[in-house]
Amino acid sequence: MSGSDEIPQPKAKVAVRDLTMAYGSFVVMRDLNFEINERDIFIIMGGSGCGKSTLLRHLIGLMEPAKGSVLYDGEDFTATDPADRGRFIKRFGVMYQSGALWSSLTLAENIALPLEENTDLPAKIIRELVSYKLALVGLSGYEDYYPAQISGGMNKRAGIARAMALDPDILFLDEPGAGLDPLSSRRLDDLILRLRDSLGSTIVIVTHELASIFAIANNSIFLDTATRTQGAIGDPNELRDHSENPAVRLFLRRGEELEPLDPPTPSS
Amino acid sequence: MREHAEAPTSLEGLPNNLRGLMELALAVPEESEAGDKTRPPSELKKLGTVSISVWHSVLSVAEFVGMSLLSFGRFLTGRARFRSGEFWLIVQECGANALPIVTLISFLIGLILAFVGNVQLASFGASLYVADLVGIAMVREMGVVMTAIIMSGRTGAAFAAHLGSMKANQEIDALKTFGFNAFDYLVLPRMLALVLMMPLLTIYANVVGILGGMLVGAAVGIPPALYWYETLTVVNLSNSSLGIFKSVFFGLAIAMSGCLQGMNAASSSSGVGKATTRAVVASITSIIVLDSAFAVIFTVLDI
Repeated sequence: MSGSDEIPQPKAKVAVRDLTMAYGSFVVMRDLNFEINERDIFIIMGGSGCGKSTLLRHLIGLMEPAKGSVLYDGEDFTATDPADRGRFIKRFGVMYQSGALWSSLTLAENIALPLEENTDLPAKIIRELVSYKLALVGLSGYEDYYPAQISGGMNKRAGIARAMALDPDILFLDEPGAGLDPLSSRRLDDLILRLRDSLGSTIVIVTHELASIFAIANNSIFLDTATRTQGAIGDPNELRDHSENPAVRLFLRRGEELEPLDPPTPSS
Repeated sequence: MREHAEAPTSLEGLPNNLRGLMELALAVPEESEAGDKTRPPSELKKLGTVSISVWHSVLSVAEFVGMSLLSFGRFLTGRARFRSGEFWLIVQECGANALPIVTLISFLIGLILAFVGNVQLASFGASLYVADLVGIAMVREMGVVMTAIIMSGRTGAAFAAHLGSMKANQEIDALKTFGFNAFDYLVLPRMLALVLMMPLLTIYANVVGILGGMLVGAAVGIPPALYWYETLTVVNLSNSSLGIFKSVFFGLAIAMSGCLQGMNAASSSSGVGKATTRAVVASITSIIVLDSAFAVIFTVLDI
Protein backbone atom coordinates (compact mmCIF):
# COMPACT_ATOMS: atom_id res chain seq x y z
CA MET A 1 0.00 0.00 0.00
CA SER A 2 2.84 2.34 0.81
CA GLY A 3 5.50 3.56 -1.55
CA SER A 4 3.57 2.18 -4.50
CA ASP A 5 5.40 4.53 -6.87
CA GLU A 6 8.77 3.14 -5.72
CA ILE A 7 10.15 -0.23 -6.74
CA PRO A 8 10.82 -1.99 -3.43
CA GLN A 9 14.56 -2.15 -2.87
CA PRO A 10 15.93 -5.19 -1.06
CA LYS A 11 18.87 -3.28 0.40
CA ALA A 12 17.00 -0.27 1.74
CA LYS A 13 18.87 0.94 4.83
CA VAL A 14 16.10 3.28 5.89
CA ALA A 15 12.47 3.05 4.90
CA VAL A 16 9.89 5.69 5.73
CA ARG A 17 6.27 4.58 5.61
CA ASP A 18 3.28 6.95 5.56
CA LEU A 19 5.10 9.36 7.86
CA THR A 20 3.08 12.34 9.04
CA MET A 21 4.96 14.92 11.10
CA ALA A 22 3.18 17.44 13.28
CA TYR A 23 3.80 19.95 16.04
CA GLY A 24 0.65 19.48 18.10
CA SER A 25 -2.21 19.99 15.67
CA PHE A 26 -0.04 21.74 13.07
CA VAL A 27 0.84 19.24 10.35
CA VAL A 28 4.29 19.92 8.89
CA MET A 29 4.37 17.15 6.26
CA ARG A 30 2.11 14.21 5.62
CA ASP A 31 2.24 10.82 3.93
CA LEU A 32 5.96 10.67 3.30
CA ASN A 33 7.04 7.39 1.69
CA PHE A 34 10.62 6.85 0.62
CA GLU A 35 13.59 4.59 0.99
CA ILE A 36 17.26 5.33 1.47
CA ASN A 37 19.45 2.63 -0.04
CA GLU A 38 22.84 1.40 1.04
CA ARG A 39 25.69 3.68 -0.11
CA ASP A 40 23.27 6.39 -1.16
CA ILE A 41 24.11 10.01 -0.73
CA PHE A 42 20.55 11.01 -0.06
CA ILE A 43 19.47 14.64 0.06
CA ILE A 44 16.50 15.98 1.99
CA MET A 45 15.74 19.25 0.24
CA GLY A 46 13.04 21.85 0.13
CA GLY A 47 12.41 25.51 0.82
CA SER A 48 13.31 27.12 4.14
CA GLY A 49 10.99 26.09 6.94
CA CYS A 50 9.40 23.24 5.00
CA GLY A 51 10.32 20.64 7.60
CA LYS A 52 13.68 19.28 6.41
CA SER A 53 15.24 19.36 9.86
CA THR A 54 11.97 18.11 11.36
CA LEU A 55 12.15 15.09 9.05
CA LEU A 56 15.73 14.52 10.18
CA ARG A 57 14.65 14.68 13.83
CA HIS A 58 12.04 12.03 13.10
CA LEU A 59 14.58 9.80 11.38
CA ILE A 60 16.92 9.88 14.38
CA GLY A 61 14.23 9.53 17.01
CA LEU A 62 14.34 13.01 18.53
CA MET A 63 10.69 13.49 17.57
CA GLU A 64 7.90 10.94 17.47
CA PRO A 65 5.78 10.71 14.32
CA ALA A 66 2.13 11.70 14.42
CA LYS A 67 1.51 8.74 12.13
CA GLY A 68 3.57 6.24 10.16
CA SER A 69 6.90 4.64 10.86
CA VAL A 70 10.64 4.68 10.18
CA LEU A 71 12.38 1.34 9.58
CA TYR A 72 16.09 0.62 9.78
CA ASP A 73 17.09 -2.54 7.84
CA GLY A 74 13.46 -3.60 8.02
CA GLU A 75 13.26 -3.17 11.80
CA ASP A 76 10.65 -0.72 13.03
CA PHE A 77 12.51 2.10 14.80
CA THR A 78 9.56 4.29 15.73
CA ALA A 79 7.61 1.42 17.31
CA THR A 80 10.55 0.64 19.61
CA ASP A 81 10.37 2.10 23.08
CA PRO A 82 12.76 5.10 23.29
CA ALA A 83 14.59 3.40 26.16
CA ASP A 84 15.37 0.34 23.99
CA ARG A 85 16.71 2.21 21.00
CA GLY A 86 20.33 1.61 21.91
CA ARG A 87 20.87 -0.98 19.19
CA PHE A 88 19.58 1.42 16.53
CA ILE A 89 21.55 4.33 17.83
CA LYS A 90 24.86 2.59 17.17
CA ARG A 91 23.90 2.30 13.51
CA PHE A 92 23.76 6.00 12.86
CA GLY A 93 25.81 9.08 13.53
CA VAL A 94 24.48 12.62 13.42
CA MET A 95 26.20 15.91 12.64
CA TYR A 96 24.05 18.80 13.80
CA GLN A 97 23.66 22.12 12.05
CA SER A 98 26.22 23.98 14.13
CA GLY A 99 28.35 20.95 14.88
CA ALA A 100 26.85 20.78 18.39
CA LEU A 101 30.14 19.66 19.89
CA TRP A 102 30.05 19.55 23.68
CA SER A 103 31.58 22.89 24.44
CA SER A 104 33.09 21.94 27.79
CA LEU A 105 35.12 19.12 26.20
CA THR A 106 38.08 19.21 23.81
CA LEU A 107 37.73 17.78 20.31
CA ALA A 108 39.45 14.58 21.40
CA GLU A 109 37.16 14.23 24.43
CA ASN A 110 34.14 14.92 22.24
CA ILE A 111 34.96 11.94 20.05
CA ALA A 112 36.18 9.78 22.92
CA LEU A 113 33.03 10.20 25.02
CA PRO A 114 30.70 8.08 22.84
CA LEU A 115 33.43 5.45 22.58
CA GLU A 116 33.98 5.39 26.35
CA GLU A 117 30.27 5.09 27.02
CA ASN A 118 29.30 2.60 24.32
CA THR A 119 32.34 0.33 24.06
CA ASP A 120 34.77 -1.45 26.39
CA LEU A 121 37.85 -0.41 24.47
CA PRO A 122 40.96 0.42 26.51
CA ALA A 123 41.93 4.08 26.79
CA LYS A 124 44.95 3.68 24.52
CA ILE A 125 42.89 2.29 21.64
CA ILE A 126 40.29 5.03 22.13
CA ARG A 127 43.05 7.64 21.88
CA GLU A 128 44.25 6.11 18.63
CA LEU A 129 40.72 5.90 17.24
CA VAL A 130 40.16 9.55 18.12
CA SER A 131 43.31 10.62 16.28
CA TYR A 132 42.29 8.51 13.30
CA LYS A 133 38.79 10.01 13.13
CA LEU A 134 40.17 13.54 13.42
CA ALA A 135 42.71 12.77 10.70
CA LEU A 136 39.90 11.53 8.44
CA VAL A 137 38.27 14.96 8.50
CA GLY A 138 41.60 16.79 8.23
CA LEU A 139 41.88 17.91 11.83
CA SER A 140 45.03 16.06 13.00
CA GLY A 141 46.76 18.00 15.70
CA TYR A 142 43.60 19.70 16.94
CA GLU A 143 42.93 17.07 19.62
CA ASP A 144 43.30 19.44 22.55
CA TYR A 145 41.41 22.41 21.13
CA TYR A 146 38.02 23.38 22.50
CA PRO A 147 35.15 23.87 20.02
CA ALA A 148 35.11 27.61 20.72
CA GLN A 149 38.76 27.90 19.66
CA ILE A 150 38.30 26.65 16.08
CA SER A 151 36.38 27.99 13.09
CA GLY A 152 32.83 27.13 12.09
CA GLY A 153 33.93 24.91 9.22
CA MET A 154 36.31 23.04 11.51
CA ASN A 155 33.50 22.62 14.03
CA LYS A 156 31.38 21.01 11.34
CA ARG A 157 34.18 18.68 10.31
CA ALA A 158 34.81 17.79 13.95
CA GLY A 159 31.05 17.17 14.20
CA ILE A 160 31.36 14.70 11.31
CA ALA A 161 34.32 13.04 13.04
CA ARG A 162 32.23 12.65 16.19
CA ALA A 163 29.27 11.34 14.19
CA MET A 164 31.61 8.64 12.84
CA ALA A 165 32.93 7.76 16.30
CA LEU A 166 31.01 4.49 16.57
CA ASP A 167 31.57 3.54 12.89
CA PRO A 168 27.90 3.92 11.99
CA ASP A 169 26.37 2.56 8.76
CA ILE A 170 24.45 5.77 8.24
CA LEU A 171 25.60 9.34 8.65
CA PHE A 172 23.04 12.12 9.00
CA LEU A 173 24.38 15.58 8.21
CA ASP A 174 22.22 18.63 8.94
CA GLU A 175 23.12 21.51 6.62
CA PRO A 176 26.83 20.70 6.41
CA GLY A 177 27.56 23.42 3.87
CA ALA A 178 25.56 26.27 5.42
CA GLY A 179 27.66 29.25 6.41
CA LEU A 180 30.84 27.94 4.81
CA ASP A 181 32.85 29.71 2.15
CA PRO A 182 32.79 28.08 -1.32
CA LEU A 183 36.16 26.39 -0.91
CA SER A 184 35.40 24.93 2.52
CA SER A 185 32.04 23.83 1.22
CA ARG A 186 33.73 22.11 -1.71
CA ARG A 187 36.22 20.39 0.59
CA LEU A 188 33.32 19.17 2.70
CA ASP A 189 31.65 17.72 -0.42
CA ASP A 190 34.87 15.90 -1.29
CA LEU A 191 35.07 14.59 2.26
CA ILE A 192 31.49 13.28 2.08
CA LEU A 193 32.16 11.52 -1.23
CA ARG A 194 35.39 10.02 0.07
CA LEU A 195 33.67 8.74 3.22
CA ARG A 196 30.99 7.05 1.16
CA ASP A 197 33.47 5.51 -1.27
CA SER A 198 36.05 4.35 1.25
CA LEU A 199 33.87 3.39 4.22
CA GLY A 200 30.75 2.40 2.30
CA SER A 201 28.58 4.59 4.53
CA THR A 202 25.10 5.66 3.64
CA ILE A 203 24.89 9.42 3.97
CA VAL A 204 21.72 11.46 4.47
CA ILE A 205 22.11 15.21 4.07
CA VAL A 206 19.68 18.01 4.82
CA THR A 207 20.57 20.91 2.59
CA HIS A 208 19.40 23.33 -0.03
CA GLU A 209 22.81 24.19 -1.44
CA LEU A 210 22.25 23.35 -5.11
CA ALA A 211 25.94 23.16 -6.03
CA SER A 212 26.54 20.52 -3.37
CA ILE A 213 23.38 18.65 -4.24
CA PHE A 214 24.35 18.21 -7.90
CA ALA A 215 27.95 17.41 -7.02
CA ILE A 216 27.41 14.59 -4.57
CA ALA A 217 23.84 13.30 -4.45
CA ASN A 218 22.51 10.24 -6.18
CA ASN A 219 19.09 10.21 -4.53
CA SER A 220 16.86 12.77 -2.88
CA ILE A 221 13.47 13.75 -1.59
CA PHE A 222 11.93 17.15 -2.22
CA LEU A 223 9.56 18.39 0.48
CA ASP A 224 6.92 20.61 -1.08
CA THR A 225 5.67 23.41 1.17
CA ALA A 226 2.60 24.05 -1.00
CA THR A 227 1.18 20.53 -0.79
CA ARG A 228 2.75 19.64 2.58
CA THR A 229 4.01 16.33 1.27
CA GLN A 230 6.84 14.94 -0.84
CA GLY A 231 7.14 16.67 -4.20
CA ALA A 232 9.52 14.23 -5.85
CA ILE A 233 11.98 11.43 -5.17
CA GLY A 234 15.04 10.53 -7.19
CA ASP A 235 18.41 11.65 -8.45
CA PRO A 236 18.43 15.45 -8.30
CA ASN A 237 20.31 15.65 -11.60
CA GLU A 238 17.40 13.84 -13.24
CA LEU A 239 14.74 15.74 -11.34
CA ARG A 240 16.12 19.09 -12.46
CA ASP A 241 15.19 18.41 -16.08
CA HIS A 242 12.62 15.66 -15.95
CA SER A 243 10.57 16.00 -12.78
CA GLU A 244 6.84 16.10 -13.39
CA ASN A 245 6.46 18.52 -10.50
CA PRO A 246 7.13 22.09 -11.63
CA ALA A 247 7.93 23.16 -8.07
CA VAL A 248 10.83 20.69 -8.03
CA ARG A 249 12.20 21.87 -11.37
CA LEU A 250 11.83 25.45 -10.22
CA PHE A 251 13.71 24.74 -7.00
CA LEU A 252 16.55 22.87 -8.67
CA ARG A 253 16.98 25.58 -11.30
CA ARG A 254 16.88 28.44 -8.81
CA GLY A 255 13.53 29.54 -10.27
CA GLU A 256 14.93 30.10 -13.74
CA GLU A 257 12.41 27.98 -15.59
CA LEU A 258 9.33 30.11 -15.10
CA GLU A 259 8.63 33.82 -15.24
CA PRO A 260 10.28 35.58 -12.27
CA LEU A 261 7.05 36.82 -10.69
CA ASP A 262 4.91 33.73 -11.37
CA PRO A 263 4.24 31.86 -8.14
CA PRO A 264 4.90 28.11 -8.37
CA THR A 265 1.74 26.25 -9.35
CA PRO A 266 0.91 23.82 -6.57
CA SER A 267 0.47 20.28 -7.87
CA SER A 268 -2.60 19.26 -5.94
CA MET B 1 -11.99 41.01 -6.19
CA ARG B 2 -12.65 44.50 -7.45
CA GLU B 3 -9.77 45.83 -5.37
CA HIS B 4 -7.41 43.34 -6.91
CA ALA B 5 -8.54 44.25 -10.37
CA GLU B 6 -8.05 47.95 -9.66
CA ALA B 7 -4.70 47.60 -7.99
CA PRO B 8 -2.56 47.80 -11.15
CA THR B 9 -4.34 50.94 -12.39
CA SER B 10 -3.88 52.72 -9.06
CA LEU B 11 -0.13 52.15 -9.32
CA GLU B 12 -0.01 53.87 -12.72
CA GLY B 13 0.71 57.38 -11.51
CA LEU B 14 3.54 56.39 -9.18
CA PRO B 15 7.19 57.00 -9.95
CA ASN B 16 9.03 53.93 -11.25
CA ASN B 17 10.94 53.09 -8.08
CA LEU B 18 7.85 53.34 -5.85
CA ARG B 19 5.82 51.26 -8.28
CA GLY B 20 8.53 48.62 -8.17
CA LEU B 21 8.30 48.53 -4.39
CA MET B 22 4.51 48.34 -4.45
CA GLU B 23 4.56 45.49 -6.94
CA LEU B 24 7.05 43.69 -4.76
CA ALA B 25 4.81 44.11 -1.73
CA LEU B 26 1.68 42.95 -3.60
CA ALA B 27 3.35 40.06 -5.42
CA VAL B 28 2.95 37.55 -2.58
CA PRO B 29 -0.59 36.98 -1.28
CA GLU B 30 -1.05 37.31 2.48
CA GLU B 31 -0.62 34.03 4.40
CA SER B 32 -4.00 33.12 5.82
CA GLU B 33 -2.34 31.37 8.79
CA ALA B 34 -0.10 34.32 9.57
CA GLY B 35 -3.17 36.56 9.82
CA ASP B 36 -4.60 34.48 12.66
CA LYS B 37 -1.69 35.29 14.92
CA THR B 38 -2.08 39.06 14.64
CA ARG B 39 -5.69 39.11 15.85
CA PRO B 40 -5.69 40.05 19.57
CA PRO B 41 -7.14 37.22 21.68
CA SER B 42 -10.20 37.82 23.85
CA GLU B 43 -9.86 38.19 27.64
CA LEU B 44 -11.43 34.76 28.14
CA LYS B 45 -8.93 33.20 25.76
CA LYS B 46 -6.07 34.92 27.60
CA LEU B 47 -7.35 33.57 30.93
CA GLY B 48 -7.57 30.11 29.41
CA THR B 49 -4.05 30.36 27.99
CA VAL B 50 -2.67 31.42 31.37
CA SER B 51 -4.50 28.63 33.21
CA ILE B 52 -3.26 26.03 30.76
CA SER B 53 0.31 27.29 30.98
CA VAL B 54 0.20 27.26 34.80
CA TRP B 55 -1.14 23.70 34.72
CA HIS B 56 1.57 22.72 32.26
CA SER B 57 4.29 24.13 34.47
CA VAL B 58 2.87 22.24 37.47
CA LEU B 59 2.96 19.08 35.34
CA SER B 60 6.51 19.75 34.18
CA VAL B 61 7.69 20.24 37.78
CA ALA B 62 5.99 16.98 38.78
CA GLU B 63 7.55 15.21 35.82
CA PHE B 64 10.95 16.62 36.69
CA VAL B 65 10.68 15.51 40.32
CA GLY B 66 9.71 12.04 39.12
CA MET B 67 12.61 11.91 36.68
CA SER B 68 14.98 13.07 39.43
CA LEU B 69 13.80 10.27 41.71
CA LEU B 70 14.20 7.68 38.95
CA SER B 71 17.61 9.04 38.12
CA PHE B 72 18.64 8.97 41.77
CA GLY B 73 17.40 5.39 41.95
CA ARG B 74 19.61 4.51 38.96
CA PHE B 75 22.50 6.27 40.70
CA LEU B 76 22.02 4.21 43.87
CA THR B 77 21.92 0.99 41.88
CA GLY B 78 24.99 2.07 39.91
CA ARG B 79 23.23 2.34 36.55
CA ALA B 80 23.34 6.13 36.13
CA ARG B 81 26.25 7.15 33.95
CA PHE B 82 28.05 10.47 34.03
CA ARG B 83 31.67 11.52 33.86
CA SER B 84 33.20 11.66 37.32
CA GLY B 85 35.60 14.38 36.13
CA GLU B 86 32.63 16.53 35.16
CA PHE B 87 31.04 15.87 38.57
CA TRP B 88 34.11 17.03 40.50
CA LEU B 89 34.34 20.14 38.32
CA ILE B 90 30.76 20.99 39.25
CA VAL B 91 31.56 20.30 42.92
CA GLN B 92 34.48 22.70 42.68
CA GLU B 93 32.37 25.26 40.86
CA CYS B 94 29.52 25.25 43.38
CA GLY B 95 31.65 24.55 46.44
CA ALA B 96 35.15 25.96 46.66
CA ASN B 97 34.61 28.68 44.07
CA ALA B 98 31.63 30.03 46.01
CA LEU B 99 33.66 30.55 49.19
CA PRO B 100 34.70 34.19 48.63
CA ILE B 101 31.17 35.49 48.11
CA VAL B 102 29.77 33.32 50.93
CA THR B 103 32.52 34.62 53.22
CA LEU B 104 31.82 38.25 52.42
CA ILE B 105 28.04 38.05 52.72
CA SER B 106 27.98 35.91 55.89
CA PHE B 107 30.58 38.06 57.61
CA LEU B 108 28.58 41.20 56.83
CA ILE B 109 25.31 39.56 57.90
CA GLY B 110 26.86 38.59 61.26
CA LEU B 111 28.16 42.13 61.58
CA ILE B 112 24.81 43.72 60.80
CA LEU B 113 22.92 41.44 63.18
CA ALA B 114 25.37 42.29 65.96
CA PHE B 115 25.13 46.04 65.32
CA VAL B 116 21.35 46.08 65.22
CA GLY B 117 21.05 43.76 68.22
CA ASN B 118 23.56 45.71 70.24
CA VAL B 119 21.67 48.99 69.87
CA GLN B 120 18.63 47.40 71.54
CA LEU B 121 20.40 45.19 74.06
CA ALA B 122 22.83 47.88 75.23
CA SER B 123 19.88 50.06 76.27
CA PHE B 124 19.22 47.68 79.16
CA GLY B 125 22.81 46.63 79.71
CA ALA B 126 22.62 43.21 78.10
CA SER B 127 25.24 43.71 75.36
CA LEU B 128 26.70 40.28 75.99
CA TYR B 129 23.51 38.69 74.70
CA VAL B 130 24.50 39.95 71.24
CA ALA B 131 26.51 36.73 71.05
CA ASP B 132 23.38 34.65 71.70
CA LEU B 133 21.38 36.64 69.18
CA VAL B 134 23.96 36.37 66.42
CA GLY B 135 24.67 32.71 67.16
CA ILE B 136 21.05 31.58 67.15
CA ALA B 137 20.10 33.73 64.16
CA MET B 138 23.03 32.51 62.09
CA VAL B 139 22.77 28.79 62.72
CA ARG B 140 18.99 28.56 62.55
CA GLU B 141 18.11 30.99 59.78
CA MET B 142 20.49 33.56 58.35
CA GLY B 143 23.44 31.30 57.52
CA VAL B 144 21.45 28.81 55.52
CA VAL B 145 19.03 31.28 53.91
CA MET B 146 21.74 33.69 52.81
CA THR B 147 23.88 30.86 51.46
CA ALA B 148 20.89 29.48 49.57
CA ILE B 149 20.08 32.86 48.06
CA ILE B 150 23.71 33.38 47.03
CA MET B 151 23.74 29.93 45.46
CA SER B 152 20.46 30.61 43.60
CA GLY B 153 21.91 33.65 41.94
CA ARG B 154 25.30 32.11 41.41
CA THR B 155 24.90 28.41 40.77
CA GLY B 156 21.19 27.97 39.99
CA ALA B 157 21.47 30.64 37.30
CA ALA B 158 24.66 29.06 35.98
CA PHE B 159 22.99 25.65 35.72
CA ALA B 160 20.03 27.11 33.82
CA ALA B 161 22.23 29.13 31.47
CA HIS B 162 24.62 26.25 30.82
CA LEU B 163 21.94 23.63 30.15
CA GLY B 164 19.85 26.15 28.21
CA SER B 165 22.69 27.02 25.87
CA MET B 166 23.58 23.35 25.51
CA LYS B 167 20.01 22.80 24.42
CA ALA B 168 20.01 25.76 22.03
CA ASN B 169 23.26 24.47 20.53
CA GLN B 170 21.74 20.97 20.07
CA GLU B 171 24.37 19.53 22.42
CA ILE B 172 21.63 17.78 24.40
CA ASP B 173 20.24 16.26 21.18
CA ALA B 174 23.76 15.05 20.43
CA LEU B 175 23.91 13.33 23.82
CA LYS B 176 20.59 11.62 23.14
CA THR B 177 21.57 10.35 19.72
CA PHE B 178 24.66 8.74 21.24
CA GLY B 179 22.42 6.83 23.60
CA PHE B 180 23.17 8.90 26.70
CA ASN B 181 20.48 9.55 29.21
CA ALA B 182 20.75 13.34 29.15
CA PHE B 183 19.08 13.57 32.55
CA ASP B 184 21.58 11.26 34.26
CA TYR B 185 24.45 12.86 32.44
CA LEU B 186 23.62 16.52 33.04
CA VAL B 187 21.07 16.96 35.82
CA LEU B 188 22.04 14.23 38.29
CA PRO B 189 25.67 15.36 38.86
CA ARG B 190 24.50 18.94 39.36
CA MET B 191 21.91 17.95 41.94
CA LEU B 192 24.33 15.67 43.77
CA ALA B 193 27.06 18.31 43.77
CA LEU B 194 24.84 21.04 45.17
CA VAL B 195 23.20 18.78 47.76
CA LEU B 196 26.68 17.76 48.85
CA MET B 197 28.09 21.29 48.97
CA MET B 198 25.19 23.24 50.50
CA PRO B 199 25.57 21.78 54.04
CA LEU B 200 29.32 22.44 53.98
CA LEU B 201 28.82 26.00 52.78
CA THR B 202 26.16 26.51 55.44
CA ILE B 203 28.45 25.35 58.26
CA TYR B 204 31.14 27.65 56.90
CA ALA B 205 28.72 30.58 56.61
CA ASN B 206 27.57 30.05 60.21
CA VAL B 207 31.12 30.19 61.54
CA VAL B 208 32.01 33.25 59.48
CA GLY B 209 28.81 35.03 60.57
CA ILE B 210 29.61 34.39 64.22
CA LEU B 211 33.10 35.80 63.64
CA GLY B 212 31.49 38.92 62.13
CA GLY B 213 29.41 39.31 65.28
CA MET B 214 32.50 38.78 67.37
CA LEU B 215 34.21 41.69 65.62
CA VAL B 216 31.35 44.01 66.56
CA GLY B 217 31.39 42.54 70.05
CA ALA B 218 35.06 43.40 70.37
CA ALA B 219 34.29 46.93 69.15
CA VAL B 220 31.66 47.43 71.88
CA GLY B 221 33.81 45.92 74.62
CA ILE B 222 33.03 42.20 74.72
CA PRO B 223 36.29 40.21 74.75
CA PRO B 224 36.35 37.57 71.97
CA ALA B 225 36.88 34.73 74.47
CA LEU B 226 33.81 35.76 76.42
CA TYR B 227 31.84 36.25 73.20
CA TRP B 228 32.81 32.75 72.07
CA TYR B 229 31.93 31.23 75.44
CA GLU B 230 28.55 32.96 75.40
CA THR B 231 27.90 31.74 71.83
CA LEU B 232 28.61 28.16 72.88
CA THR B 233 26.01 28.35 75.64
CA VAL B 234 23.20 28.72 73.09
CA VAL B 235 24.54 27.19 69.88
CA ASN B 236 24.40 23.44 70.32
CA LEU B 237 24.28 20.49 67.99
CA SER B 238 20.50 20.32 67.87
CA ASN B 239 19.81 23.89 66.78
CA SER B 240 22.80 24.15 64.45
CA SER B 241 21.75 20.90 62.77
CA LEU B 242 18.39 22.52 61.93
CA GLY B 243 20.07 24.90 59.52
CA ILE B 244 22.18 22.14 58.02
CA PHE B 245 19.09 19.95 57.63
CA LYS B 246 17.34 22.75 55.75
CA SER B 247 20.37 23.37 53.55
CA VAL B 248 19.97 19.92 51.96
CA PHE B 249 16.44 20.79 50.84
CA PHE B 250 17.44 24.26 49.71
CA GLY B 251 20.29 22.79 47.65
CA LEU B 252 17.86 20.38 46.05
CA ALA B 253 15.41 23.20 45.30
CA ILE B 254 18.10 25.38 43.71
CA ALA B 255 19.55 22.59 41.58
CA MET B 256 16.12 21.45 40.47
CA SER B 257 14.90 24.93 39.50
CA GLY B 258 18.12 25.62 37.62
CA CYS B 259 18.20 22.32 35.77
CA LEU B 260 14.45 22.22 35.07
CA GLN B 261 14.48 25.68 33.51
CA GLY B 262 17.67 24.93 31.60
CA MET B 263 16.40 21.65 30.18
CA ASN B 264 13.05 23.23 29.22
CA ALA B 265 14.53 26.45 27.81
CA ALA B 266 13.45 27.59 24.37
CA SER B 267 16.20 26.99 21.82
CA SER B 268 17.30 30.60 21.37
CA SER B 269 19.44 33.15 23.15
CA SER B 270 16.36 34.94 24.53
CA GLY B 271 15.06 31.55 25.66
CA VAL B 272 18.24 31.01 27.66
CA GLY B 273 17.86 34.46 29.24
CA LYS B 274 14.26 33.77 30.22
CA ALA B 275 15.18 30.36 31.59
CA THR B 276 17.88 31.90 33.77
CA THR B 277 15.49 34.52 35.12
CA ARG B 278 12.84 31.91 35.84
CA ALA B 279 15.39 29.66 37.52
CA VAL B 280 16.49 32.38 39.95
CA VAL B 281 12.93 33.50 40.70
CA ALA B 282 11.75 29.92 41.20
CA SER B 283 14.63 28.94 43.45
CA ILE B 284 14.44 32.04 45.68
CA THR B 285 10.68 31.62 45.97
CA SER B 286 10.97 27.95 46.83
CA ILE B 287 13.68 28.68 49.41
CA ILE B 288 11.49 31.20 51.22
CA VAL B 289 8.40 29.00 50.99
CA LEU B 290 10.32 25.97 52.24
CA ASP B 291 11.85 28.03 55.05
CA SER B 292 8.41 29.21 56.16
CA ALA B 293 7.16 25.64 56.10
CA PHE B 294 10.13 24.51 58.16
CA ALA B 295 9.54 27.36 60.63
CA VAL B 296 5.97 26.13 61.17
CA ILE B 297 7.02 22.49 61.42
CA PHE B 298 9.83 23.22 63.88
CA THR B 299 7.50 25.35 66.00
CA VAL B 300 4.86 22.64 66.09
CA LEU B 301 7.49 20.02 66.93
CA ASP B 302 8.94 22.46 69.48
CA ILE B 303 12.52 22.16 68.25
